[in-house]
Amino acid sequence: MIWAVAAAVWITLASGVYLCLSRDVFRVALGLAVVGAGVNLALLASGRLGAGLPAVVPKGEQLLVGASNPLPQALVLTAIVIGFALVCFSLALVLGLIRDAGTDDALELRAAEPVPGDEVKPPQTDPAHAPDWPPEGRP
Amino acid sequence: MSALATAPAIVPLAAAALVTVVRSRPALQQAVAVVGILVLLACALALLAQVLTGETLVVAFGGWPAPMAIEFVVDRTAAALVVITALMGAAAIVFLASDADVGNGHPLLLPLLFGVLAGAGGAFVTGDLFNLYVWFEVMLICALGLLAIGGRVDQLDASFKYLALNLLGTLLLLFAVAAVYGVTGHLNFAALAAAAPAVAPGLWLAVLTLLTLAFLVKAGAFPVYAWLPASYHTLPAPVLALVAGLLTKVGIYAVLRTLGDVFSPAPGVLHELLGWVAAATMLFGVLGAAYHWDMRRILAFHIISQVGYILLGIALASAAGYAATLFYTLHHIIVKANLFLIAAIIWRLTGSYDLRRIGGLYVARPWMTLLLLIPALSLVGIPPLSGFWAKLLLLEEAIGQGRVVWTVVALVVSVLTLYSMMKIWMEAFWKRHPDPDWQPPVNTRLGPAWAATVGLAGVTVWISLYPQALLVYAQAAAATLGGR
Amino acid sequence: MTSRIVILAVVARPLYLVILLASVWVLLRGHDEPGGGFIGGLMAVSATILWAVAHGTAAARARLPLGDALWPAVIGLLLAALSGVPGLLGGGAYLTHLWWTLALGPAELKLSTVLLFDIGVYLAVWGALAGYALALLAVDERDQPGGAP
Repeated sequence: MIWAVAAAVWITLASGVYLCLSRDVFRVALGLAVVGAGVNLALLASGRLGAGLPAVVPKGEQLLVGASNPLPQALVLTAIVIGFALVCFSLALVLGLIRDAGTDDALELRAAEPVPGDEVKPPQTDPAHAPDWPPEGRP
Repeated sequence: MSALATAPAIVPLAAAALVTVVRSRPALQQAVAVVGILVLLACALALLAQVLTGETLVVAFGGWPAPMAIEFVVDRTAAALVVITALMGAAAIVFLASDADVGNGHPLLLPLLFGVLAGAGGAFVTGDLFNLYVWFEVMLICALGLLAIGGRVDQLDASFKYLALNLLGTLLLLFAVAAVYGVTGHLNFAALAAAAPAVAPGLWLAVLTLLTLAFLVKAGAFPVYAWLPASYHTLPAPVLALVAGLLTKVGIYAVLRTLGDVFSPAPGVLHELLGWVAAATMLFGVLGAAYHWDMRRILAFHIISQVGYILLGIALASAAGYAATLFYTLHHIIVKANLFLIAAIIWRLTGSYDLRRIGGLYVARPWMTLLLLIPALSLVGIPPLSGFWAKLLLLEEAIGQGRVVWTVVALVVSVLTLYSMMKIWMEAFWKRHPDPDWQPPVNTRLGPAWAATVGLAGVTVWISLYPQALLVYAQAAAATLGGR
Repeated sequence: MTSRIVILAVVARPLYLVILLASVWVLLRGHDEPGGGFIGGLMAVSATILWAVAHGTAAARARLPLGDALWPAVIGLLLAALSGVPGLLGGGAYLTHLWWTLALGPAELKLSTVLLFDIGVYLAVWGALAGYALALLAVDERDQPGGAP
């Protein structure tokens, strides 16, 4: 069981990281959400797997037998809530960014960067050192 | 009395809610913010007075027994950082009343500012690893909000980069928290300290490396600092000063708290690696700063460089090193925030952050030179300013441990720091303004800006001339670390 | 409002009330059964989103408590923060919760500061997430030819 969960965690993390490495900013946002899901799964597995009973002592009993560890479940709930808020924020941000910047290509998002050619870094006059930005021949 | 320990998180949260309620009336919002920050400052000073008696305040939420409860623990280290947090908040809020690059007056700016203060305060006082993660997330969301509310394209661009890299950092932290819980079954710092020796060394090293790496992303250390210079310079000046002063230091505090206190003694190889990371952070940060002409970018790269110094103290893994780290952190937060605020005043007077387009300030505002030189030379470490004492403490310990390479790097980086600061002075003050008709604007509203910067410079001068008080405090604080 | 679906617009009115009632039921049920403020708040958000899809985001925003998303969020936050204070005044730690049981004839009413906390969470979740959702939906509305600018 734990090996299946471990495999699931790593597959989720790998897919999330793969999406994050994309140049499409929307995919990056989705990738972060997927990575978050993988981490949450790992957090859930940090208790112990197997028992599925709620950690509530039944009426009339004194001992709790075979219940799952409630703490990782509480932690993962908190993490999901926080992750949910961040995913909401990142989607709103990405939508606004794509709308205002007019592109969803991370390489063309240079508004906050000093690029050769902007006012902070004037282009070099020697054509041998002329800036190749944005790189030509991109699809 | 122990309920006071909740104040660093609860007071700013309550203030954030209240300034949101009155957001439609800017003057009232400003007044509520001032009251809120004064209450926070008073609570922080009361906490300081409490820990000065040698007492450590512990409050367990909901009255649950240890180690189940989420605890807030205020020791000397935490109390000093909470005081500095409140002080930075006060400086930023005072500065907001001026007209020097304070942004578009968005009604949610003050709530988010208090949110950042709550996140930092909570992270400083919490005694629970998962709770620490939550406060990091509070800080992240509020800092992102502050970046995004300006609405300019460069701000959205910056917040996207900040989001992508920092979110990966917090997810790494969450993963590390899961791993720590998986191998020890605890999250409370005291219980973790007790449970750590029983874990297999190899496993423990892997878990701690993961945890440290996550905090280093937050601290802006080499090679995971790229988010910092990509985003900070788009913030309005008072917010920038607060964020630049505090946020990376919370990451450093978390490294100090884990490696130096909770999991002490941490594996030696981790401290060794941290030392080389610190040296690289110093060097790469200062080289980035030397390249730029925009004052905000220069100062943002200097944050990274100075983070290297502070991490070096943790890498030395001794009480003297930790004392130097604490001293350096406290000195650096004030100096760095002050430099950003002064850069905003320069912007208001000369019209640009780009050093090539400005000048002539020495003729126009001779006294402002002194105001710049106090934090600038303190950042470099010229005696007798506060940075000198911080570096002296740090390098004395480094040489004492025979760390020649790290010491040499630190000294070379100091010279390069001096180069950057002299660049600002030569270009903005000494040379003539490129526009021969330039006159400093007359109808400025800089009174609050002067008050904030002179106040912070006063604190720097006080540390410079009387370092003994802070030094004794830092040493006493370091002596209690690792004593669980 | 360009091409709103008529059936949805008509059905939305009773559904909105039903979802809100169900969310309150889930909130109160959280006292000693699965449920609680967070889940209840999420259900309330879904009601708001339904109204936004049926009648537009401006109308959905106006139907939120006090007419804006920030108000419930702030009031909820304050309520949750204040719910810890009675325990503090009673001599316990902050967030130490107190329970009372009122006997009302045959039935009994359970009151607690936890309930106060839960209502705070409910309002905060409703306000915050509805704010996000409405902002995202408003982006879509601007794209439509006859939508708000």
